[in-house]
Amino acid sequence: MATTVLTEIEDAPAAPDETVPTRRSRAARSAPMLTFLARRILSSLFVLLGATFIVFMLFSYSVDPLEDLRFSTAPNVQQLIAERVAALNLDVPPVVRYFQWLGNVVTGDLGTSWRTGQSVSSILGAAIPNTVTLVSGALVLAIGLGVLVGIVAALRQYTRFDYAVTFLSFVLFSLPSFWVAVLLKLWGAIGFNDFLRDPTIAWYWIVGLSVLSGGLWSAIIGGVRRTRWVSFAAATVATGAILAFVSETDWIVQPSLGYVGIAVLGAGVAFAVVALTAGLSNRRALYASLTAAAVGVALKLPLQFLFVNASWVMMLGLAVAAVACGCLIGWLFGGDDRRVSMRAAAVTALGTGLFLFVDRVMQVWYAYNRASQINFRPISTIGSQTPGLRGDFWITTLDQFTHILLPTITLVLISFAGYTRYTRASMLEVMNQDYIRTARSKGLSERVVTVRHAFRNALIPLATIVPLDVAAMFGGAIITERIFAWSGMGSVFITALQNMDADVIMGHFLVVGSLLVVASILVDFIYAALDPRIRVNA
Amino acid sequence: MSTVQTDSVENAIELKEVEGLSQGRIVLRRFLRHRGAMASIIVLAAIVLLVTTSIGWGPVPGWWQHGFRDLSPVANAGGAPTMGFGDGGFSFGAHPFGQDNIGRDVFAMVMRGTQQSLTVMVVIGFFATLIGVVLGALSGYFRGRSDNIIMRFTDMVITIPVIMIGAILGILVGGASAWSLAIALSLVTWTTMARLVRAQFLALRELEFVDAARVAGASSFRIMFKHILPNAIGVIIVNATLLMASAILLETALSFLGFGIRQPEVSLGTLINEYQAAFSTRPWLFWWPGVFIVTIALCVNFIGDGLRDAFDPRQRRIPTARALAKADAKKAAKALKANA
Repeated sequence: MATTVLTEIEDAPAAPDETVPTRRSRAARSAPMLTFLARRILSSLFVLLGATFIVFMLFSYSVDPLEDLRFSTAPNVQQLIAERVAALNLDVPPVVRYFQWLGNVVTGDLGTSWRTGQSVSSILGAAIPNTVTLVSGALVLAIGLGVLVGIVAALRQYTRFDYAVTFLSFVLFSLPSFWVAVLLKLWGAIGFNDFLRDPTIAWYWIVGLSVLSGGLWSAIIGGVRRTRWVSFAAATVATGAILAFVSETDWIVQPSLGYVGIAVLGAGVAFAVVALTAGLSNRRALYASLTAAAVGVALKLPLQFLFVNASWVMMLGLAVAAVACGCLIGWLFGGDDRRVSMRAAAVTALGTGLFLFVDRVMQVWYAYNRASQINFRPISTIGSQTPGLRGDFWITTLDQFTHILLPTITLVLISFAGYTRYTRASMLEVMNQDYIRTARSKGLSERVVTVRHAFRNALIPLATIVPLDVAAMFGGAIITERIFAWSGMGSVFITALQNMDADVIMGHFLVVGSLLVVASILVDFIYAALDPRIRVNA
Repeated sequence: MSTVQTDSVENAIELKEVEGLSQGRIVLRRFLRHRGAMASIIVLAAIVLLVTTSIGWGPVPGWWQHGFRDLSPVANAGGAPTMGFGDGGFSFGAHPFGQDNIGRDVFAMVMRGTQQSLTVMVVIGFFATLIGVVLGALSGYFRGRSDNIIMRFTDMVITIPVIMIGAILGILVGGASAWSLAIALSLVTWTTMARLVRAQFLALRELEFVDAARVAGASSFRIMFKHILPNAIGVIIVNATLLMASAILLETALSFLGFGIRQPEVSLGTLINEYQAAFSTRPWLFWWPGVFIVTIALCVNFIGDGLRDAFDPRQRRIPTARALAKADAKKAAKALKANA
């Protein structure tokens, strides 16, 4: 850590009043925390001020707002120059202008863009939601996938799967995002849209993908040779069957999950959740989760009537209802440990609900494609929505999805590798700790050791980088937004830089910089809260 | 207890293999055994050789017949690559990577762009490492007030996203040359290095050899750069490599956005930017610059990984029976020689 405010004092002698956790000693311990917080905030403010100063000065010396007028042939060019100099205060040195800007900011005025006349706060206010929609989904996906793959790679250390993941993450590290984005436009959008015209998959693709999926699953599941071959065969056949079905029927043109699909997927979620959180030997939890999935399937038809007037608020309400319903089912199954069943059933209910949602969105796919603005070329390469497209909640949701898909894939590809490497390293570190051996020697199952003892602790280092990534997210994905013409914070920055718009640049940086500073304070506290070996040292 | 025993046994096995070798030798051996790093070094060397000799460097002429700004008549329809399997087997033809719409040779442009991007990468690697090491060393060795000042300054620079400040600096100097862009970018990319070097110095300065040097009358400067720095070299080299890998991505991204290297000069990023609209009609314009960026960054990353493994003392690989036998034989031969 660079800021040495956090120190480990494992071997420091404990103060006498700390050995007995009385109320007084707890109060005494929170005092240094407050001092620490105050000092940290003060120094962060100073850092932020310095950083804004650096940005302002560099920007002022980099750009020449009079550039276009210098080569102008207008008769009144002198007057125009004088006007602009007066408007932008160019006659005073940049240092003075910085303090003028700072004074305005302190009074709550971020300034206005001199090119467009819009106030900076309204520009940022419009851009931030766009960026958050784009980047938050990608961030969640990248973290989720990265953690998952990293954990599996750590558990299968030095296997072919591990090597493949390592190699893949190096490749992803080395990919320039602008190149990937353009390639995705070529293959993901144009390629897929062309494919949609004649949606049959060639047999060699089916065979290749099936074998690939078989190899992948057998590498993930591992085990003795027999298990490997069984999982390889099962995954190959399953993938081949699904691909052949998709290719032979019109599923891509008119997709739906149907009762069978939702039932199979819901049961899959139930098994996966129970296997991870309770162990399949916990029959009560398993039956509770399967019941939750079955209830979801049974509700498919009644829900269609409710879905007619859908909105995001309703979806949120239904999600809450699903969780409550799952909890109820788990509670009704009873047993010694009701909470385990309730938790598993609630997660299953939420998962099944998600599939019901996906199924409903799939139902408008054909209607969406038939719209004149879409004309069977659904995957879009620019913007965040189709202009002039009218439709109900489901159509607009689908429209948003087809627009956000490619930028999201780009961002996930770029950032996923980092999380994989990070999780793998910290999981390996944890798995070699003494307390893991203790847990094993107590006779705990491998599932409990991995999920409850190792996994949680392996996430601690991750918890210290995620806040910083979230803060950086508000800066926008400059390159991705530019290529996909997404009007978020990244576009605001690029446009302002091209327009030499100092106020907008500074407003943008103020948002990003202050969030980063707050996040780094937060990280220190998260670290201290999660790892009891770390104490703040004010 | 059992871990201590197995540890010492493992150590004994490992030590047996590297008996009599210096630390540097051991690191070199480990590095040479890293297959990915070795392959990457070969590929990278081949690329460097290709880009430096083909179109020449500066005043030195190269062997390739087209310059990167030359216009030549379009050979294939649409300027498609001439490289491929023709009547007489594989042939390169006049324009192996194809031509653009006005007949410029893509191979020559990619070579020129790679030269520029490699220059930026190496210069950033050098200067950012230099700044980071000096600041980190001062900060970690002297601690106290100078540490506080340097680290708060580091925090300030870190708070500004690299791509943002890189774009602003790119406007300031990017049009001039690859060198000035690289030096400007190294002014903002040294922060990680400074933090890592500081942490190393904080730990190393407490060790006894530092006290010994101080007692012997060594100056602070000498202790820092003669005694402590060699012990921190592993971290520095590894991080410098990874820094270079991100430097090439940063430069190409800035050039792509139009804030890095600009016309009439060529970089791999400007090539991709210029031809991104043509990707469906003339994909070769777009493919080759990207392939070169990915290959270079991948090679540098793998070399960094190999170096990290080589320098990491925790990295333990139980040697094969063959290696042990070889070490035994070598030792026996040595003993025989000594006896004789």
